[in-house]
Amino acid sequence: MIKDIFSLICTPAFLASVIRVTAPILFAALGGIFASRSGIFNMALESMLLWAALVGVIVSAAVKKMVLGGLTMGQAGYEAALSKANLFGCIAGFVCGVGVSVFVGLFLAYMGIKLRANLYLTGLAINTISTGGTVFVLYLAAGEKGISTSLSSCTMPVINIPIIKDIPIIGEIISGQNLMVYIAFICIPIVHIIINKTTLGLRIRAVGENANAAESVGVDVQNIQFKALALSGLFAGMGGITLSMAAVSFFSRGMSAGKGFMAMSAMNVGKATPLGTAAAALIFGVFDAASNALKTLSIPTQFIAALPYAATLVALVVFAIQSEKKARKIRALQDK
Amino acid sequence: MTNKQLEKRFNALKTVAAVAVALVFAFVIIAFISDNVGEAVYQFLVGPLLRPSRIINVFERMTPLLFTGTAICIMYQANVFNMVGEGAFLIAASMATWFVTSNSTMGRLPIIAVCLIVGIGTGVLAAVIPAVLKIKFKANEIVSSLMMNYILLKISDYMLLYVLKDTASGLQASYPIPEQAKLTKITASFVKGTKLHSGFIIGLIVCVVAYLFIYRTKWGYEIRMVGANRSFAKYSGIKVLGVALATQLIGGGIAGLGGAVEILGYYDRFIWYGTQPGYGFDGVLVGVLAGNNPIMVPFAALFLAYLRSGAACMSRATDVPVEFVDVLQGIIIILVAAELFLAKTKHKLIVNNAKKNLEKEESAK
Repeated sequence: MIKDIFSLICTPAFLASVIRVTAPILFAALGGIFASRSGIFNMALESMLLWAALVGVIVSAAVKKMVLGGLTMGQAGYEAALSKANLFGCIAGFVCGVGVSVFVGLFLAYMGIKLRANLYLTGLAINTISTGGTVFVLYLAAGEKGISTSLSSCTMPVINIPIIKDIPIIGEIISGQNLMVYIAFICIPIVHIIINKTTLGLRIRAVGENANAAESVGVDVQNIQFKALALSGLFAGMGGITLSMAAVSFFSRGMSAGKGFMAMSAMNVGKATPLGTAAAALIFGVFDAASNALKTLSIPTQFIAALPYAATLVALVVFAIQSEKKARKIRALQDK
Repeated sequence: MTNKQLEKRFNALKTVAAVAVALVFAFVIIAFISDNVGEAVYQFLVGPLLRPSRIINVFERMTPLLFTGTAICIMYQANVFNMVGEGAFLIAASMATWFVTSNSTMGRLPIIAVCLIVGIGTGVLAAVIPAVLKIKFKANEIVSSLMMNYILLKISDYMLLYVLKDTASGLQASYPIPEQAKLTKITASFVKGTKLHSGFIIGLIVCVVAYLFIYRTKWGYEIRMVGANRSFAKYSGIKVLGVALATQLIGGGIAGLGGAVEILGYYDRFIWYGTQPGYGFDGVLVGVLAGNNPIMVPFAALFLAYLRSGAACMSRATDVPVEFVDVLQGIIIILVAAELFLAKTKHKLIVNNAKKNLEKEESAK
C-alpha cells in the first residue's frame, strides 16, 4: 500500500502535475494577499475564479469564431487563420475573464465598504450568485448546463524552456508547462514588489494595520481598499483563466471546487506574505495532485477526493494557533 | 413611535425593497433573453398557482427550508456564520436512509422516531468540527464549514456507492425506504400525485419551538446577547464560548432533522449523488429574510419556495433556465445586509418621527 503510494508520487510526472495544479490556487492566494493586507476578508475569491474561467472560455470561443470567419478545415489559408484566431482568442479571453474578476472585486468593495454590508454575508451571497449565475450564463452561451465543450475555446500555449528542457528529470518537471503556470510563479516576486516597494503597497499595508492611523495622515481608506480588491480580482482572475484555458479547454459547472477557499487558507497560513503564501499554496497543490494521482489505488476515491478539503481544515487550525500565539506575545509585551 | 419600532418598520421596508429590486432585475434579465417575454413573466409570477398540484408543490419545496432556515436563524442570532447546515442536511439524510433500510422490520412509530433522532444526532456530529475549530482555535467558521460540506458530500457519496446502493436498481439510488417508515402524506388523497407530508407540520413546530427558545428562555436571551455584543455578554457572566458552541450544535441538529424528515417524507430512495442538494444555502436567504427570527421563517421559506416553483414553471414553458433564482437570492441577501441601502429613506423616517414626537410634546404642554 505505502509502496504503491510512493511509486505513484515519486515520479517526475507527479511533481510536474503538482506545479500545474498549484497555479490556480497560487494565483487566487496571491490575490487574497491584497485584500487581507488592506484589512478586508475576501470571501469572493471562489467567485472570481469561476467567473474568470467562464468568461475566458466564452469570449475566446467567440473571438476565435469571428477571426476564422467562414473558413473550414482544409480550406486554403485555414492553418494561418487558425493560429491567428487562437492568438486573438487567448488575448481577448484573458482580458475579459480577468476584467470580470476585477469587477467582482469592485462589487464586493462597493457592497461591503460603500454600503457597509457584512463582508462575510456579502461574500457568501456573491458566491451564491456565482454558482447559479455561471451555470445560467453557460446555458445561454453554450446551450448546456454542465460543460462548455460545444464552444470551441482557445488554450494558452505550452512553453518548452530551452536548455532546461534537456536536463533529465528537472526538465520533465519544470519545462513543458502551460504559459499560465509560469506567469503564476513569476507573479510571486511581482506581488512582493507591489506590496513592499510601491506607494500603493505601503498604503494598503497602512490601511490594513490601522485604518484610523492611515486616515489621520490623509490616506483615503476606502479608495485604497477598492484598489486592493481590484488587484485581488486581477490575480484571482488569472487563476480562473488557468482553470479553463490551460490544462483543459472548457468550463464546467462548479469547476473551482473550493479552490478559492483553499487559496484563502494558503494565504492565511503564509501570513499574507508572497513567499509564505506560495509555499503554502504548493502544499495544497501536492494534496490536490495527490487526490488525482491516487485515484488508481484501491482506496475509495471519495476519501482521496476529500484530501484537499481536509488539508484546508488542518491549515485553518495551524493559522489560528499561529495568530493566537502572536496575540499572546503582543499582550505579554503590552503588560510589560 | 419609539426608535425601536421605527427600526423594525424600516427593516421590513428594506426587506421588501430588496425583494422588489431583485424582481425588477429578474424581469430585465427575462426581457433580454426570452423570446416570449409575456409567457415567461406570466409563468414566473403565477405559474405555481395554475394547478392545485402546483400549489401543493410549493409547500413541498418549502418543507426542507423550514429546517435549514431555522438552523441558520439560531446560529446567526449568535453572530456565527456557520454554513454546515448544507452538509448536515445531506449526511443526516444519508445516515437516516442507512438506518431505515437496515432496520426495515421495526414497527412504524419506533422506526420513525429513532430515524429522526439519528438525523438530529448526525447533524450535531457534522457541526462539531467547525464549531470546535471556531471555539477552540478561533478558526474562521465559514471556511471550515464550507470545507466540511465538501468532505461530508464525499462521505455521503461513499455511503451511497458502497453501503446504501441497491444493486438491483439501475439508477444511482439506495435501497427503497420501507413503507412503514414513510411519513404520512397529507394531501395525496385530495390531489393525486402530491407528496406533501407530515414533515411540513414538524417543520412548523420546529419554527415555533425555536422562536420560543430564542425569545422566551434564558438560553435564548444569552444567545441574543452574545450576538448583539460579545464583550458585554462576557462581562455580564455569560459563558460566551459555550453559547457559541451550543448554537452551532443546535443548528446542525435542526438541519440534520430536516434531512431525515425530507428523506422519509418526500423520497422513495436516497438519490443525492455528487452534488449538494442546496437546502443549506437556501437556508441563508430564508434566515436573512426572516431577520433571524424563527417565527418569520415559514413566510420567508414560502417566498423562496414560490420563487423556485415559479422559476421551474418558467423554465418548463420557456427558454429561461432556473439557475437565475440563485442570482436573485444573492442580490436579496446583499441588499438586506447592506447597512446603507436606503440610508437616506431611513434618515428621513427618523427625522419625521422625531419632529412628530416633538410636536406631540409641545401640544401636550
